Amino acid sequence: MSEEKKIYDKGKVLTGLILFVVILAFPFLYNSGKAAPAPDRILTEKAKAAKECIEPKAFMKSEHMQILNDWRGSVVRDGKRIYVSSSDKEFDMSLSNTCLDCHSNKADFCDKCHNYASVNPYCWDCHIDKPKENK
Amino acid sequence: MNVKYMFSLIAVIVLFLLAYVGVEAAGLQILFGIVIPYVALLVFVIGFINRVIGWARSPVPFRIPSTCGQQKSLPWIKSEELDNPHTTMGVIARMFLEIVFFRSLFRNTKATLSDGPKISFNLEKWLWLGALAFHWSFLTVIVRHLRFFAEPVPFWVQLLEKVDGFFQIGVPGIFISGIVLLAAVFYLFLRRVIIPQVNYISLSQDFFPLFLIFGIAFSGILMRHFAKVDVTGAKELAMGLVSFHPIIPPGIGVIFYVHIFFVSVLLAYFPFSKLMHLGGIFMSPTRNLPGNTRAVRHINPWNYPVHTHTYEEYEEEFRGKMIEAGLPVEKE
Ligand code: HEC
Ligand code: HEC
Ligand code: HEC
Ligand code: HEM
Repeated sequence: MSEEKKIYDKGKVLTGLILFVVILAFPFLYNSGKAAPAPDRILTEKAKAAKECIEPKAFMKSEHMQILNDWRGSVVRDGKRIYVSSSDKEFDMSLSNTCLDCHSNKADFCDKCHNYASVNPYCWDCHIDKPKENK
Repeated sequence: MNVKYMFSLIAVIVLFLLAYVGVEAAGLQILFGIVIPYVALLVFVIGFINRVIGWARSPVPFRIPSTCGQQKSLPWIKSEELDNPHTTMGVIARMFLEIVFFRSLFRNTKATLSDGPKISFNLEKWLWLGALAFHWSFLTVIVRHLRFFAEPVPFWVQLLEKVDGFFQIGVPGIFISGIVLLAAVFYLFLRRVIIPQVNYISLSQDFFPLFLIFGIAFSGILMRHFAKVDVTGAKELAMGLVSFHPIIPPGIGVIFYVHIFFVSVLLAYFPFSKLMHLGGIFMSPTRNLPGNTRAVRHINPWNYPVHTHTYEEYEEEFRGKMIEAGLPVEKE
């Protein structure tokens, strides 16, 4: 048949397709073209003086939660509290006393970065996040 | 060994190697992290719309009542409002329940022949359960992934993360949906291998999406819990894509590129595959039309008015010849 092929139920089909495109476009519309780089990580004076973290920066970026998990296991289960880093430095395996000693600006350092990636560690239910006040 | 699934499995392994070698050895981060995802998204959207418009061009002249209940007829005969709706509202309700709870899969039965010979139909709920687990966890994972594509992250995404990470097992904590997704695709795969009848009708294009989605879920879980990647960098890349300021943060980790390459392939493959049932469910005449053939006259749109040639017209046309041939005619 040589009849031109019409679209049946055009209104309904197009509504559906527009809905489909709008849902897909949500991330594009939501951010409205604003670039959103990760927040700057502000280092404290103490951290700056130390120059480097307990492990190389790239490793810390992706593995710091793993390190903390290993520390926790080591301290709580085996009672071993000394961590020897790959550059042969010794650290006390402690969330509040080691990490937050250098990174005492938790809100500006850990939290900002976590908010960006939407991670919300529950560690602070128990661990104190301002060790200085404690001392 | 079965050619059909080996073919699909090998295809997915080749895709993995492409991304792995492409990023690790050839340094093609821009290709795998920016170009391919954009192209895949375009193919997905345009291909999807094209398929749906194609379906919308096919006329559906009649109601196709593949229904599971009494159609609305006389007022004193009870009709089945959900299984054989005769109003638009009823159709919407049926469609909604179909999409959200897969009611038609719930009806799945298994026929067994026992001595007698006697045939019996047993309820078979595993497919329904597996399909529900699969689709719901897939949706949950996708919604949770919005944390990479939105800044600030909307509260409902964080709420879903809280619920999904309820068990707080490990650091970072496991997400139930990720594991259910992996388990469900694996079940759907096993089903196609183990049940002989299902195996017989399974083609490589049934296995390919299963392997691909398995690969996506597997690589995702791998980078969350085992082969760590720089998640902050991953978000920067994703945000770059959706804000049209694409960037490649250095050192994300190759598994991430494998993950998004798999996703890109899935998107680009989608419009050409059976996965189009996502759009197709809405376009199914057996589901989206009210069963109202007793109440409404449906006219075939492509050959109306119907061309008839009645006997009177026929005799009118051939009367002379009929008389010549000695055939009886009604009017002289
Ligand atoms: C001796 C002080 C010190 C200690 C202790 C320390 N850090 Fe650091 N950390 C630093 C410095 C300095 C940097 C910046 C390194 C660089 O820029 O090369 C850093 C960087 C980081 C980064 C990467 C930030 C980025 O910009 O990507 C993370 C994550 C991190 N630290 C987490 C931790 C955690 C978790 C602990 C505890 C297990 C810890 N740090 C203990 C000094 C320290
Ligand atoms: C239910 C409370 C609780 C929660 C939640 C909790 N911890 Fe702990 N954690 C403890 C206790 C108690 C100890 C033992 C302290 C000790 O012996 O010095 C400990 C010890 C540790 C240690 C070693 C000792 C120290 O001083 O830090 C680390 C590291 C640690 N936890 C990390 C974490 C991390 C990371 C999280 C979040 C993922 C977390 N914890 C969540 C209660 C908790
Ligand atoms: C470079 C950005 C960045 C910085 C800085 C950072 N984190 Fe993280 N952190 C992350 C990301 C991203 C994750 C989630 C990783 C994932 O989902 O695989 C994470 C996860 C964690 C987790 C596991 C949380 C969970 O429940 O999944 C802990 C604990 C943690 N970080 C502690 C810290 C502490 C303590 C600091 C500050 C000393 C810190 N982080 C600084 C990016 C960062
Ligand atoms: C079809 C779409 C996708 C599916 C089914 C999928 C599936 C998964 C799964 C199951 C995980 C494990 C952790 C979890 O359950 O969240 C995961 C993690 C991850 N996915 Fe995806 N993914 C998809 C698309 C994407 C895309 C487009 C990106 C690009 C940014 C992406 C980036 C990541 C990252 C960075 C992780 C690691 C998260 C972490 O370590 O916390 N995924 N994915």
